[in-house]
Amino acid sequence: MHIIIIGNGIAGITAARHIRKLSDHRITVISGETDHFYSRTALMYIYMGHMRYEDTKPYEDWFWEKNRIELLRAYVEKVETATKKLTFDDGKEMAYDKLIIACGSKPNKFGWPGQELDGVQGLYSFQDLEGMEYYSEDLQRAVIVGGGLIGLEMAEMFHSRHIPVTMLVRETSFWNRVMPAEESAMINRHMREHGIDLRLETELKEIWGEKGGRAKMVLTNKGEKIACQFVGLTVGVSPNIEFLRFGDIELGRGVLVDEYLKTNVPDVYAIGDCAELRAPKPGRRPIEAVWYTGRMMGETVAHTICGKPTKYDPGIWFNSAKFLDIEYQVYGTVLASPPENHLSVYWEHPDGRNSIRIVYERDGGHVIGFNLMGVRYRHEVCEKWLREKNHVEEVLQNLGLANFDPEFYKEYDEEVVKIYNRQTGKDLQLKRKRGLAGVLQFLKG
Amino acid sequence: MLQKTGLGLFLLALLIFTLMLGMDSYVLTPESLAVDNGFHRKEILAQAEKAGMMGKEYSSTFGFCAGFMQVLKDAQASLNGQPVPEGMGEWDFKIGDWKKKEYASATLLKSGAGSVSQHPVLFFFLTFGLAILGGLLYILPKFQTVPGIKNDRIYHRPLTRGLKVGVRGFFLGAVFLSVLVYGFFYQNGDLFWPLVTAVMAAVIVGLVLFYQKQKELHGDRSASPKVTGWLGVFAGLYLIGFYVLLYWLPQHVAPWVTMVSPISEALSGQPASRWFLYGLLYTFIVLVMGVRMIAKYRHNRYQVLRTFSVMFFQACIAFLLPEILVRLNQPYYDFKNIWPLNYSFFFDWNLDNLLASGGLGIFMLVWGIVLTVVGVPVITYFFGKRWYCSWVCGCGGLAETMGDPFRQLSDKSLKAWRFERWTIHGVLAFAVVMTAMVLYTYFSGNAKVLFLDSYSIRSWYGFFVGSAFAGIVGTGFYPLMGNRMWCRFGCPLAAYLGLVQRFKSRFRITVNGGQCISCGNCSTYCEMGIDVRHYAQRGQDVLRSSCVGCGVCAAVCPRGVLRLENAGSDVGSRAEELKVIHISEGEVKLLD
Repeated sequence: MHIIIIGNGIAGITAARHIRKLSDHRITVISGETDHFYSRTALMYIYMGHMRYEDTKPYEDWFWEKNRIELLRAYVEKVETATKKLTFDDGKEMAYDKLIIACGSKPNKFGWPGQELDGVQGLYSFQDLEGMEYYSEDLQRAVIVGGGLIGLEMAEMFHSRHIPVTMLVRETSFWNRVMPAEESAMINRHMREHGIDLRLETELKEIWGEKGGRAKMVLTNKGEKIACQFVGLTVGVSPNIEFLRFGDIELGRGVLVDEYLKTNVPDVYAIGDCAELRAPKPGRRPIEAVWYTGRMMGETVAHTICGKPTKYDPGIWFNSAKFLDIEYQVYGTVLASPPENHLSVYWEHPDGRNSIRIVYERDGGHVIGFNLMGVRYRHEVCEKWLREKNHVEEVLQNLGLANFDPEFYKEYDEEVVKIYNRQTGKDLQLKRKRGLAGVLQFLKG
Repeated sequence: MLQKTGLGLFLLALLIFTLMLGMDSYVLTPESLAVDNGFHRKEILAQAEKAGMMGKEYSSTFGFCAGFMQVLKDAQASLNGQPVPEGMGEWDFKIGDWKKKEYASATLLKSGAGSVSQHPVLFFFLTFGLAILGGLLYILPKFQTVPGIKNDRIYHRPLTRGLKVGVRGFFLGAVFLSVLVYGFFYQNGDLFWPLVTAVMAAVIVGLVLFYQKQKELHGDRSASPKVTGWLGVFAGLYLIGFYVLLYWLPQHVAPWVTMVSPISEALSGQPASRWFLYGLLYTFIVLVMGVRMIAKYRHNRYQVLRTFSVMFFQACIAFLLPEILVRLNQPYYDFKNIWPLNYSFFFDWNLDNLLASGGLGIFMLVWGIVLTVVGVPVITYFFGKRWYCSWVCGCGGLAETMGDPFRQLSDKSLKAWRFERWTIHGVLAFAVVMTAMVLYTYFSGNAKVLFLDSYSIRSWYGFFVGSAFAGIVGTGFYPLMGNRMWCRFGCPLAAYLGLVQRFKSRFRITVNGGQCISCGNCSTYCEMGIDVRHYAQRGQDVLRSSCVGCGVCAAVCPRGVLRLENAGSDVGSRAEELKVIHISEGEVKLLD
């Protein structure tokens, strides 16, 4: 059986690796972007000079041949599901028995005047990175549009080369559609402390430049003109599925898939950023363009294809990021504007660069989410508490179990307990300190 | 601006430091002739007079040494041609070849008469002083930035970006061959050990290539960039040159030794030797670059404490304490240096020296043996080998301070790992065999073990491993192949600690569930060339003998995925299974 995977990102490659583990099927991975799999999340580090492109490849180049995973550098132009055939942009064709679409996303552009000028782009692909590198020469100022993770990454990239950055953010505070107010404010402060010109409640109106030439200036909705030679558009991404537009595969915003990640067409699957679940789990979005879900989908679809039909279960939500110097982790549900029955214990360091938030259910008292800034918590421990719906007081007393900060770091778990005591008038004590021995016992128990 | 000034001052100091090797002048006088033996002294003075050397000013070490060696040769020829007087030891009368070297270097140091000898303190301030000032001016402003990992533009800088594979290979090969050729002369023309080493090297290359599948030959993940960083090459050559002078041409660093002599006199009451110079330089580098390390990782207490620790052990235990011991007429002893890294610990002269030094000497002997036999396994069981390699050890101390800007240059390919396992365990075996033979000779008085001469093996070990590998490659290759070349490929103690760590230790690097994004920061900044990401992205705990527990992988991880931890249970099991997601019974579960 010949399995073709379109896209060599984390979803497609995870699928390929697991199919190889489970079977002897012929596997071909097609990418128009790069010859080999690299970590998209590390693009920024190449620009910043922390790593070379080679360092972002999780596997050495010989890995693919050794594991009989064929790699093909090409753009798929058309998928003919009736004859099970792909057509590439150079006119060549290739037949498949099973097809996995894992072609990822592309940056959004919302029809701004001037968005096609030179020096106006997003950051998603390796080519985008090359673009940023190209336009960085003699760059006096970059304007970045959009208050999300990629926007901040872009800002950090330019900042590392001492290129002044202005960020236009529509919201009243950075990423406050996702982050609770305090954490969002922390990011605002941190960006400004680094000298990034953050402009809240400001939107892009137009980009000016000579027709067919380089961007020169942006105009905001407040009438401000900002001279710049680069405009970063980081207002989200959407599935990169133009090439499927006129086929039999049913599309929504992404490729529509069922719980087995199957499309409406037999033997065609979709995973990762480009897949849109017809029936996502409660509280989850139909398209979740994050690394972790891509990886989970890849593994799941491999099992299904190799004869063990497996439903996609993303498990308990988790994510992480880094805002300049502040690491961020989230486990479970932490909402930007929580409903009435979500209460939280929030501790913040006086320096304003670390915080811990534990969200719990008002009535039942069980924990529903952890939000960490500049503090590391253990995935396994948090997840066990969340899955088993442990009571917040139980969690607080054992909070040290979750602490994953390096040795000798100050432990703030006690402060969190104190805040809970102050809020509720209780007198809880922290019983468990940080340490692996206790954790291993807890996880087994 | 401050930083640029600092850099300028440092470069100026480096320039003066380099140029001062030619700035002293030398005059042979009866007072400066460092020869105690009356016969020798008389003969040498006579020969020097005859050659017109007495009182003549030489403007370089080369001129002086050439002249003086000729005088010594003539004196030797003259004395050795005469019959040994009744009742005298042969070598009390004749001049042995080894004596010539000793006389030459000691006399040279006393014959200095130029500007360096007249103003050693001034030169000390112009070199050490300016360099330290410049270094601190460059480093201290870093404390004003927002705390956080700052590796910006490391791969853009010609000093830290590394070498192209071919250029790197060339340096490695050229250094290896030069060392072998020089080693042949070093062993006085005995070809045996250089040949054994060459054969062993060929065998290791063969073994690595044999196990390497044909497919793996292509697309190795070396740490090499597309463009060679020539400033790094220059820095590497400078360091290599420094070690060559220090180890094998010490007479030519006389001005440096002269310059630090007042400090040595103040500390131990003895004039400086080249080893004092080296120790002092080493200590200042560890201290100043330690400040840099602390500035860079000041948000990370593990790094800060660890850096203080290596600074303390280098300054106090490795440098000051032995000097004070000497002042108190006790043996020179570095309490933290452990056999087999301290390969001369079981040499006859060291054992005799310790045994002859009363209670403290016996204590040192017992301490050294207990550290090797009990200390290493027990402490490593509890904390991993990091307690030594990145908290105590001097080589580790230099690697973690001066070497930090080069940690990304370690080769992460599978091939490099294969080489590593052969070479480091090979050196351990070599150290054990060498020490066993030396001890056999010590106890039996018999220099021959089977057909091998224990003196020649120990001399070769000292030359090849002690000097060439640990010094020239160990430090000289910082800008070429990373800061832990010696620790990773050569240190026999690291091999020993590593075996304990791999098979019987509570230490591991735990991976935080499924949070890894495979970005590769951990692998890139692993100075031991461990592909940490390989484990992190599979959710496996990292259990590797080479890990020195520097903690930088955990520090540079942008997602909080790695933690260095100790715990007695589940060491092996968590390092084996693939934990990211479990599939069982037709359903996917996350992290059970």
